Amino acid sequence: MECEHQTGLHIFEDHFLPEIIDPDSGEVLPYGQSGELVLTTLTKEALPVLRYRTGDITALHPETCACGRTMVRMEKISGRTDDMLIVRGINIFPSQIETVLLRVEGIQPHYQIIVDRQRTLDDLEIWVEVSDEIFADEIRRLEMLERELRNELHNALGINARVKLVEPRSIQRSEGKAKRVFDRRQVYGETA
Amino acid sequence: MNAPQISVFLENRPGRLAHLLQVLAAAEVNMRALSVADSADFGIVRLIVDDADAAMEAIHAGGMTARTTQVLRVEVPDAPGALERAVVEPLAEAGVNIEYMYAYGGRLSETAVVVMKVDNLEKAQQALA
Repeated sequence: MECEHQTGLHIFEDHFLPEIIDPDSGEVLPYGQSGELVLTTLTKEALPVLRYRTGDITALHPETCACGRTMVRMEKISGRTDDMLIVRGINIFPSQIETVLLRVEGIQPHYQIIVDRQRTLDDLEIWVEVSDEIFADEIRRLEMLERELRNELHNALGINARVKLVEPRSIQRSEGKAKRVFDRRQVYGETA
Repeated sequence: MNAPQISVFLENRPGRLAHLLQVLAAAEVNMRALSVADSADFGIVRLIVDDADAAMEAIHAGGMTARTTQVLRVEVPDAPGALERAVVEPLAEAGVNIEYMYAYGGRLSETAVVVMKVDNLEKAQQALA
């Protein structure tokens, strides 16, 4: 929790042991360096947590804070080691969306995930490319496809996402690993 | 009576129709009939062209999604009541449903051309023969 000086979140070290590791090598990194946050519970009974990889990227600072607390401070999380998103409090992996699209269309789907926050609620929109195979000559059938995708996504993800059928986009294929997620909210802080 | 119609999927925003028309013009494809249908986010452009193969190739090269459908193409006298008498009534009697239709005046002022997609092509052809 942050104190009044807002220089990072104080971690209650009497209950939690934090470490920062290099997500690829697993090597424990020194204070100040950015890496994956690993947590161990020290006082939890029955279900202790031992070096749990949170997947969040941050850094730890041990210096005594201006508030007087000596508990280590962690920076605001600057990213994830995986591609997980949190939308309306629910963890969402792009692979879940890919599974749904494969099931409904039966072919390699090309899609983009657009996350935004209009006022106070997160907003999720999935753009699905219409290929020759799934293109139907009737608007009614395309709208049915949109509806079916929306329902299947709702079943799989637990939240309502809008589905927008779009034309093929060549940009997506030119990179080695296609950039699929466009998160327009600014959820992550800057690294020091 | 049958004709191949090309349907193209376009996003409903400025510039997409222009892009399609540019691509067709560059391939020297001439359009005989054109219809643009809309929905909230996308539209379907339907075309009857003089060279369907060249058109499909150009459209795909232009990065767009398209398919060919067999539609009914019928000439009717260009006079009041002709469409109903010659086409719509016979199809209704045969139990054929018309999914969509568009029409344009023919070169000769005595006839007009009606293009339609039906749910049963064979039944429709029999009904109109």
